[in-house]
Amino acid sequence: MNHLGFEMEKVKIGSFDFTCCEGCQLQLANKEFTLPDFLALLDIRNFREISSERLDDYDIALVEGSITRPDEIERIKAIRAQAKVLVAFGTCACFGGVNSLKNRIPQEEAVREVYDGKAIETRPSMKISDIVQVDLSIPGCPVSKDEVERIIIGIVTRSQVSLPTYPVCVDCKQQLNTCLFDLGEICLGPITRAGCNAVCTTGKTACLGCRGPAEELNMPAYLELIKERGLSLEDLHEKLAFYNAFEPLATDET
Amino acid sequence: MKRDYSLDIHHLTRVEGHANIQIKIRDGQLIDARWAIVETPRFFEVMLKGMSAERVPFLTSRICGICSISHSLASIRAVERAMDIVPPVAAEKTRLLAMHGETLQSHALHLFFLIAPDFAGTSSVLPLIQSHPDLVRAGLELKELGNEISTVTTGRCTHPVSLVVGGLSKAPDKERLLHLLTMIQERKPALEKACSFFRSLSIPDFIRETEFISLSNGSTYPAIGGRLVSSDGVNREENDYLLMTNEYTRDYSTSKFTRVSRKSSVAGALARFNNNYHLLRPKAKETAASFGLQPVCHNPFMNNIAQLVECVHILEDAEELITTLLELELSEIKTAYAPKAGSATGAVEAPRGILYHHIEIDKQGKVIKADCIIPTTQNNGNIHDDLRALAEQALREEKNDEEITKLCEMVVRSYDPCISCSVH
Repeated sequence: MNHLGFEMEKVKIGSFDFTCCEGCQLQLANKEFTLPDFLALLDIRNFREISSERLDDYDIALVEGSITRPDEIERIKAIRAQAKVLVAFGTCACFGGVNSLKNRIPQEEAVREVYDGKAIETRPSMKISDIVQVDLSIPGCPVSKDEVERIIIGIVTRSQVSLPTYPVCVDCKQQLNTCLFDLGEICLGPITRAGCNAVCTTGKTACLGCRGPAEELNMPAYLELIKERGLSLEDLHEKLAFYNAFEPLATDET
Repeated sequence: MKRDYSLDIHHLTRVEGHANIQIKIRDGQLIDARWAIVETPRFFEVMLKGMSAERVPFLTSRICGICSISHSLASIRAVERAMDIVPPVAAEKTRLLAMHGETLQSHALHLFFLIAPDFAGTSSVLPLIQSHPDLVRAGLELKELGNEISTVTTGRCTHPVSLVVGGLSKAPDKERLLHLLTMIQERKPALEKACSFFRSLSIPDFIRETEFISLSNGSTYPAIGGRLVSSDGVNREENDYLLMTNEYTRDYSTSKFTRVSRKSSVAGALARFNNNYHLLRPKAKETAASFGLQPVCHNPFMNNIAQLVECVHILEDAEELITTLLELELSEIKTAYAPKAGSATGAVEAPRGILYHHIEIDKQGKVIKADCIIPTTQNNGNIHDDLRALAEQALREEKNDEEITKLCEMVVRSYDPCISCSVH
């Protein structure tokens, strides 16, 4: 690949999925307008969903999904051993995601309920960093292709990559949206990490916190706001638990 | 030719999710052929218990990264029917348009990214960017159009934002709707290009008679709700979905199997085509004729062509829906409701076939019980039986090992299986 006369090295990448919907990997094929340019940055070595070629000499591993079965633990360890950079790709990989909602009940009960006696192996959903070291996290349900592009370009050009530290509220205000709290609804925008362009609140639905806690969040003030407005704590808990991204906050402070 | 051959494809590529194909041939005889799904189950039915009805579509959309709009709308339909909520007309039209966007995106992904490499003899779409640039561009244009329709109607192309119980949280923007009309006009040539490419391919000759399951409403090509029908003459109402599925498990698969009148049956584009041919737009019928595709077609490889025919239908239908939406006042988009106890089924035609969500709600509006039956689950039995029949046919035709492997992979891909969906 040539840029302004300089040769740039493509990154050898592998994309892998564990317990998930594969929606984050699918985002890699979206934003079709820039797709050929995006793909030109990558040397795809292993990506089962789109290619029959399976090579194990990747440097960067994008890992989607959470871990819910013993064989997945072995598989993620092997990927960790190969990858120079392991990226937790999407909310399930970063926080356990919606899969964690099944952790509320004994796993045998979950199996009985869905499979009616058939022996099925499963365990409580774990995020990737519960098993192996994660070098970079790209949260989102699904991930935002804009952000993925920005981070991949950062890696290719050896520049600093980072996520916004401020909350979704900042992006939402820039879109001139009416605050959902003013419409009587609990929204996790004030406490959730930005970077999604406030896509849910712009569509007039509450932020459910798929990107996890913002670094500059003020939880006491947030809880005060909910009490002040007389909003339902039960609703708050359902929202905080949705992606398992606020686990410590949900138990410590509410 | 007496020979031994053991085919074990671990984690078949270019499909959504993890599954294996196993074929055993001894002394020239087929001993075993199986379709084994090994994907990790997620237990959505358990996750849904106790959740407020209004949040259900936001959870169920996460069942699938490709057909999240279908899952969202199946849940919304189930909840609305359970609580006697009638959404406004503008919301219904917008939802139909959203389904079209999703189906177009999904079919384009399947046709260009997942199966075109089989016909071109490459391992993925990536080499085709150089060898068939026009074809790849056409595929990307159609996929982008599908995604744009979904984004304009639901706020985002994967995991919709504004599809809610009662209607929509936000109306589509009229300027963006108008722009969609232009985009559709501009991209019709891309679809024509795709059709001529697929017409130039030779589709494997394989017939195994089976039963086709789809929705049917008698007046429009099916999308959201209707009667549950089969090509064997079964005709039931939506809430009788259990009689249309009869789920059971097999010990080598984490995904369940279903059956209706026969040992196996099939849902998807070809099933919709076979059961609702007369409701297709004339242009779509012309496209079908150009491929020699007529109802009732029993060649599973023709599911690819049925998807292409549906793309033609979708572009025509989307134009009409957009025109209608542009004429409507988009101020009334959501019906107010209070929680109410009830239970109902919501059936929709997801890109890969008929999808059922059944939801039971208590009087506080919380889910007591949920059941989701996925198109791929309904196709597992047919894929399994096709693998056997296809391997036997290939043996009779004295195909070599490599040819048998390729045919088996291709027939599975023709179903466009959505494996992580199927174990939800």
